[in-house]
Amino acid sequence: MARVEERIDAGFVASTAAEDLARPRVRGDLARMPWVSLAIITVMVLGAMLAPLIAPHSPTEQSLPDKLRPPAWEAGGSTRHLLGTDVLGRDVLSRLIYGARVSLIVAAVALLAGGGIGLMVGIVSGYLGGRVDSFLMRVVDATLTFPTILIALLLAVSLGQGLQTIAIAITVLIWARFARVVRGEVLGVKARDFVALARVHGCSHLRIMAVHIVPNVLNTFMVLLTLHIGFVIIVEASLSFLGAGIPPPTPSWGQMVADGRSHIASAWWLSVVPGAAIMLVVLAFNLFGDWLRDWLDPRLRQV
Amino acid sequence: MLEGRAITEPLIRAENLTKHFPVTRGLLVGRTTGHVKAVDGVSFTIGRQETLGLVGESGCGKTTTSRLLLRLEEPTAGRVLLDGQDVHALRGLELSRYHTRVQAVFQDPWSSLNPRLRIRDTVAEALVVNRRVTRAGKLERVEEVLHQVGLPLSAAARYPHEFSGGQRQRIALASALAASPELIVLDEPVSALDVSIRAQIMNLLKDLQARQQLSFLLVAHNLATVRYIAHRTAVMYLGRIVEQADTESLYRTPLHPYTKALFAAALPADPDAPRDDMILSGEVPSPIDPPSGCHFHPRCPFAMEQCSRVAPELKAVAPGHVVSCHLY
Amino acid sequence: MAVAAPVVLDVRGLRAYLYTRWGVVRAVDGVSFALGEGETLGLVGESGCGKTMTGLALVRLLPEPAGRIVEGQVLLEGEDLVTKSESEMRRVRGRRISMILQDPQTSLNPVFTIGDQIVEALRLHHSDGERTLATRAEEALRRVKVAAPEQRMRAYPHQMSGGMKQRVVGAIAVAGEPKVLIADEPTTALDVTIQLQYLALLKELQARTRLAMLFITHDFGIVARMCDRVAVMYAGRIVETGPTRTLFRSPRHPYTEALMASVPSIEGQPPPLHDLPAGCRFAPRCAYVDDRCRREYPPIMPVGPAHEAACWRVEPSPSR
Repeated sequence: MARVEERIDAGFVASTAAEDLARPRVRGDLARMPWVSLAIITVMVLGAMLAPLIAPHSPTEQSLPDKLRPPAWEAGGSTRHLLGTDVLGRDVLSRLIYGARVSLIVAAVALLAGGGIGLMVGIVSGYLGGRVDSFLMRVVDATLTFPTILIALLLAVSLGQGLQTIAIAITVLIWARFARVVRGEVLGVKARDFVALARVHGCSHLRIMAVHIVPNVLNTFMVLLTLHIGFVIIVEASLSFLGAGIPPPTPSWGQMVADGRSHIASAWWLSVVPGAAIMLVVLAFNLFGDWLRDWLDPRLRQV
Repeated sequence: MLEGRAITEPLIRAENLTKHFPVTRGLLVGRTTGHVKAVDGVSFTIGRQETLGLVGESGCGKTTTSRLLLRLEEPTAGRVLLDGQDVHALRGLELSRYHTRVQAVFQDPWSSLNPRLRIRDTVAEALVVNRRVTRAGKLERVEEVLHQVGLPLSAAARYPHEFSGGQRQRIALASALAASPELIVLDEPVSALDVSIRAQIMNLLKDLQARQQLSFLLVAHNLATVRYIAHRTAVMYLGRIVEQADTESLYRTPLHPYTKALFAAALPADPDAPRDDMILSGEVPSPIDPPSGCHFHPRCPFAMEQCSRVAPELKAVAPGHVVSCHLY
Repeated sequence: MAVAAPVVLDVRGLRAYLYTRWGVVRAVDGVSFALGEGETLGLVGESGCGKTMTGLALVRLLPEPAGRIVEGQVLLEGEDLVTKSESEMRRVRGRRISMILQDPQTSLNPVFTIGDQIVEALRLHHSDGERTLATRAEEALRRVKVAAPEQRMRAYPHQMSGGMKQRVVGAIAVAGEPKVLIADEPTTALDVTIQLQYLALLKELQARTRLAMLFITHDFGIVARMCDRVAVMYAGRIVETGPTRTLFRSPRHPYTEALMASVPSIEGQPPPLHDLPAGCRFAPRCAYVDDRCRREYPPIMPVGPAHEAACWRVEPSPSR
């Protein structure tokens, strides 16, 4: 399809692209945005940021007389605890909201660190090529063969539980994926004439990487970031579930799922509510990432 | 008519330029099993305010030759001299200076501009990287060269995707002119453009050469384009120059059989033109394993016994006209 | 307008539009021409004029879902291809009308051998056994002058040069023995000396089977060599049609004139196909433009024997 469009008219493509960017957004464009995903993501982010303001109770406040209350719509539930309480009488909704914080912080830190390292390695490897590339890619290959959760557990056991440990574990796990994909993009960009021309202009390798390569792989990088948020959230949840994540009493979605395991028959909401939250949020980020990739892609190809 | 060539020491001298690319096989450890002899002993000069045309088909080595001049490749043997200095031995400040003296315009207008940079940043790059310029000085120069290539000043703040193919090539040209170079290597500058746009660009190039002290190395496969602005032309086949002469002499009396075939294949836009068809047999051989002796002998309609054994020397057959062929 | 030989392809008022996000692209906007048996008609114009789209429209291969034929007829030996169903078209393509494209790289499937691909094409049109098909495939290769065809049958596309790939593409295209061949810039990606070989081959194939060819190109040298008649396209419409020699010697439309000039210096560029001016589409760039040209689109008028042009400046004269 792209090839045929190319042939329509080079001038046509250029002029319409300019028009496209200059004109105000048309209704059709707005309708195509991923509203549902964005809504879910916004709710989660706002919820996490405004947790102290919107959570009805403290997440750690115990109230044994209220323990194991079902959600408000079930018999025996009350509007004071909309999603019920756990075995220690703690409000599930509040724990859910504070748990979102944990997930987001871990995701942000791990993605920035892992993504950042992956980006740099990918750029250096792809641009310099040769032995540097071979070596770095072997390291990447090795990293990718690590069994994910096992490594995270090992790290948790050796470094102790906590936010730091999880962040490190996840960083170690994802940098390699970024490096690999970014390197591929870099190889493509490197082959374009403007990079050769930059050398003819006398640019140093550093300048070429910073000014010519990085900006042209950023789109792919951003899409990759969004697509990995879901993955990171799940890894954190899995680790917490296995007991190697954030230590109690700080609520974490994975931990909530784990805690509710023994009561699954009687107090289903303890595991199902955080589980559903994980699922919704990961789905939302994945859909958003897909949309972002499609939205950015034709523009890239067109240019 | 092309006149006004300065008769001084040539700006560029290529001496026996050779570039062999190793061919490796094997998964983990590469074994070198052969070489792609992309450029195989090429020599030429380019004078001031002169255009040398380099013609040939794919695989002849003309693009690699141009890359050697631009320091995008290191020669396996031979040298390129700019005003007597070996271009590949330059370092530091001299290298910086070199980058302001030799620039390039490439074939593909869709790939020559960084889509993320505004036009003014692309155009001024050679200037910014090699010389100290103030922001004002940079913008002034950008406006100057945009004007020279016939683009409006408003172009400076825009992005590449807002322009058509022909306009992009003008931008690429502006970018080459910004640092006031003495030589611009043009690698198929118009072959990706429409016929009507081509003429505009070629006229612009001719104009710029007349008004500034500019030399061009024009690498092209379209003979009409080359004829229009090249003072001298060299024909390449499988890494070697097979014929070189003043453009008019070459076009009027081509001597080498390959040159003749090339001209015969350049179909004239005239249904009544005499058809002296020289249809070559076979394919262009691989530069990894070129034929022995004269590279052209397997396809040459005039091949003689010695052509497969001995490579012919580049001999002067008339003043300024050299050919490498056993027929002469 | 009279065509010498029996007409095999008659295109009448063809309009093919592309419905895109940015608007309607009138890629083919009222194109009519006739192609006679054994004849080569050149369809020339610069990029963006709609010539490739015309070729695709004829075989109903417009890009989906954006592309649609909105009006017109494509009569192949009297049958209208525009009204046929997709399954009917599948029987027509390759067998009665065929197409070769510009890029030999992407025309062949890199994971199948040459032999497999030719046999596949043959299988669609012949009901012979495998061995017979293989022999026919070898024959086809021989007919397009591929040396050592028995070995080439087992070769993969990446092992062949561009010129040879185009020959294979040609062999596949004529495997069904079509009446009409549409060649869309088949030699643009080839070196000139290889191009000459290929054009000679096409001429030979044509002579042997009285194949009618629509040759889409922007290269006037090729037109002068290969085409009996030429149609010049600009912004989705044909602005002039005539015998090759006549068009070269005395072009009547200013656009044709400008294209023919050895060093054309036309300022500006063709209009985008989704934003066309009201009057003559060449008016903004025409050296002879006047008010009427800007207001009204000139009809295509005969200006000589088998020669017509769409320009207000020409005086109509009867065509034979």
